[in-house]
Amino acid sequence: MNPVVVTGVGVVAPSGTGTEAYWKSTLAGELHVRPIESFDASAYDTTIAGQVPAFRSEDYLDDRLAVQTDRWTWMALAATEFALADAGYDAGGQDRYHTGVVFGSGSGGVEFGQREIQALWARGRRAVSAYQSIAWFYAANTGQVSIRNGTKGPSNVVVSDGAGGLDGVGCARRTIRRGTPTVLAGGTEAPLCPYSLACQTANGRMTTSPDPVHGYKPFDVAANGYAPGEGGAVLVLEDARKAGQRGVERPYAEVAGYAATHDAYHHHRAPRDCGQLTRCMRQAIADAGLSPADVDVVIADGAGSRDLDGLEVRAIRETFGSRADRVPVTAPQGFIGRLCAGGSALNLVAGVLAIRDGVIPAVGNLTDPVPAYGLDFVREPRRMPVDVVLVTARGYGGFNSCVVLRGPDHANRAS
Amino acid sequence: MNGRSSVITGVGVVAPGGIGRKEFWQLLTSGRTATRRISFFDPDQFRSQVAAECDFDPLAAGLTRQEVARSDRFTQFALVAAAEAIADSGLDLDSEPVDHDRLAVAMGSAVGATTRLENEYKVLSDSGRDWLVDPRYASRFLYEALVPSSMAAEVAVRFGAHGPAAVISTGCTSGIDAVGYAHQLVEDGDADVVIAGATDAPISPITMACFDAIRATSARNSDPEHASRPFDASRDGFVMGEGSAVLIVEEAEHARRRGAHVYCGIAGYANRCNAFHMTGLRPDGIEMAEAIDDTLRQAKLRAEDISYVNAHGSGTKQNDVHETAAFKRSLGEHAYRVPVSSIKSMVGHSLGAIGSIELAACSLAIEYGVVPPTANYERPDPLCDLDYVPKTARAEELDVVLSVGSGFGGFQSAILLARPGRTS
Repeated sequence: MNPVVVTGVGVVAPSGTGTEAYWKSTLAGELHVRPIESFDASAYDTTIAGQVPAFRSEDYLDDRLAVQTDRWTWMALAATEFALADAGYDAGGQDRYHTGVVFGSGSGGVEFGQREIQALWARGRRAVSAYQSIAWFYAANTGQVSIRNGTKGPSNVVVSDGAGGLDGVGCARRTIRRGTPTVLAGGTEAPLCPYSLACQTANGRMTTSPDPVHGYKPFDVAANGYAPGEGGAVLVLEDARKAGQRGVERPYAEVAGYAATHDAYHHHRAPRDCGQLTRCMRQAIADAGLSPADVDVVIADGAGSRDLDGLEVRAIRETFGSRADRVPVTAPQGFIGRLCAGGSALNLVAGVLAIRDGVIPAVGNLTDPVPAYGLDFVREPRRMPVDVVLVTARGYGGFNSCVVLRGPDHANRAS
Repeated sequence: MNGRSSVITGVGVVAPGGIGRKEFWQLLTSGRTATRRISFFDPDQFRSQVAAECDFDPLAAGLTRQEVARSDRFTQFALVAAAEAIADSGLDLDSEPVDHDRLAVAMGSAVGATTRLENEYKVLSDSGRDWLVDPRYASRFLYEALVPSSMAAEVAVRFGAHGPAAVISTGCTSGIDAVGYAHQLVEDGDADVVIAGATDAPISPITMACFDAIRATSARNSDPEHASRPFDASRDGFVMGEGSAVLIVEEAEHARRRGAHVYCGIAGYANRCNAFHMTGLRPDGIEMAEAIDDTLRQAKLRAEDISYVNAHGSGTKQNDVHETAAFKRSLGEHAYRVPVSSIKSMVGHSLGAIGSIELAACSLAIEYGVVPPTANYERPDPLCDLDYVPKTARAEELDVVLSVGSGFGGFQSAILLARPGRTS
């Protein structure tokens, strides 16, 4: 089996549209969680979020398509465009069946959905847009990206809340191993309309602080819930040999390991122990043919509440044993909020860039780590050679997923 | 793939016309239809006023009051279908040595908790008056409605499945793609047993309105029982349905060791996209044919080995032509000989769920040696000139069954089921 490698990445994030803008801001440690601007959220318990500034559909697609699609689709189309350009990959120039699209999705095109339900109940069924049936549903992005880029290969939509970005990449790797040379993977979200914010506040896990600095604080003594956010990332994944044949000299990284488990404990409550998360980490590392001693950095889920952060810390301790306090742990999403499936996809990009540049970004908005956690949280960008990255993500209701990224030299050797 | 293959060892169904596998099969083989005038709400304002509704009482079906309170109908369907499938498989999850770490969940849904999201929205927006909704009216379980993954989580929690879990949401092919995903989890060694299937409960005003807007659904309101007319010359769109089917997808050796009853094996699965249009289909069916060809290659079978084709057969003008062309392209002359039918004629089109409901029908068809008919098929369409098994079920030994699906976004999926021992 040839390795599966990352050959291109594209980012639309609160901290930057475009990979380098995102990365620069992340390494600069800028906080991009702000009071919600797109509507008056003052009646909500949660009033802050990570918002992509000045993101306009007209920069990426024509008006005709813009009226047919939700903001989450605009972001997916933009991130895909960036990723394909970065990879130098022209899907239309290949056998159309050789490229697939596998995205995670948390909540679909929910602003579009709110608008049309509103139209129906306020004005009747004739007021409902002809595009409602294709704009809200969770497969909208996969379909639109496939159509726009002319890809006809095996495609999928994997939904597991915040773990979806990693599960999509796991599914993409499976698809490549089964013979499709290239798959676009990742995901975006745009859940910041009045109705979807109301839905999200119902989960009881978001911050109620109006002050971004005191809001989402993963692993902090003041952790009090997360801030939601919009955006995400798309990655071009390729069979390493095929990528080499088309002239990719040095891919970013190899998707070396993947695993998923489920707590199967309670529909809402955090599990009693971290057993399934630990198993997920161990299994992903083993799947990469590595041992915990090989891992250079953990990009954590960093849920931003004491119970869930505590469980993740315990899983890291159990996985890394006596080395646990020496493995750098980060969670750059503290700077931008939790982007659901888009966030886990984006953390893969952070891992890829950490490998590329030999620098680990800091935990976002961490002021005062819980002393008892006893982990090596990255407080300032840390320059060091990075070869193996463990990315973890969780989804509401008990989903756990991990991906292990590895530097490109191994993949090149193997091919 | 390490010699691992997957088989189906349990079937559970919640479908219009009757809850449970037996009632479902009875309906299909009788050729009766379960389509009727919509009763869930007053459908007067809608262009399409017919649907295939489930007469479903979640408490009577075994759910707890809290499960009912926190779950949309699509999740309730899934829990009931999963319980029936697990009971049917003979897996005793409490006492038998089932490795729960290797028990996975792969459940499809096209539109998730749309019905609950719409109902709650009416309250939060005061019947669509306020765009800035009042969050104080949000129910405690609105997040579960927002994210369809909550359905897979509910299934995992109820049955103690610690393996990989996900909702597969590829629109109207979700039901096939979820079972295909389960098949791949088993083949790749990521799970030994998968609770796989799909569920949707989309019969709500917003769903009817959005398909009205593109005239995709049938307006044969004066004759609801005969409104779903796949392949018939007078077909005028699909009839909305709802329901769920769950299949227990199990590693073949795992099933053999425990002496499980095997309905059939999954011999091949593939999907493609048409990269053409979100709702439109070209009449040539090329991408669906490509998916069918791929399943035959995986199964090392020839087109002539297929003894029944369970069609997508939605009953829209363009789908039935597109699909007929795909069958001819893949199966050649055999397309004219093999029986092709659409159970959507009887149970409607339940969006993401129907792919799994059709696979449940295929599993039972192989088990009992009966081809379910296409109800309401009366007037041939010159562009659809295959044997669509009009109105009456046929007794026929079935070795290899092909089921296909086609959906918004351009997804085209195909899966091959084979009688145990029929494939390598």
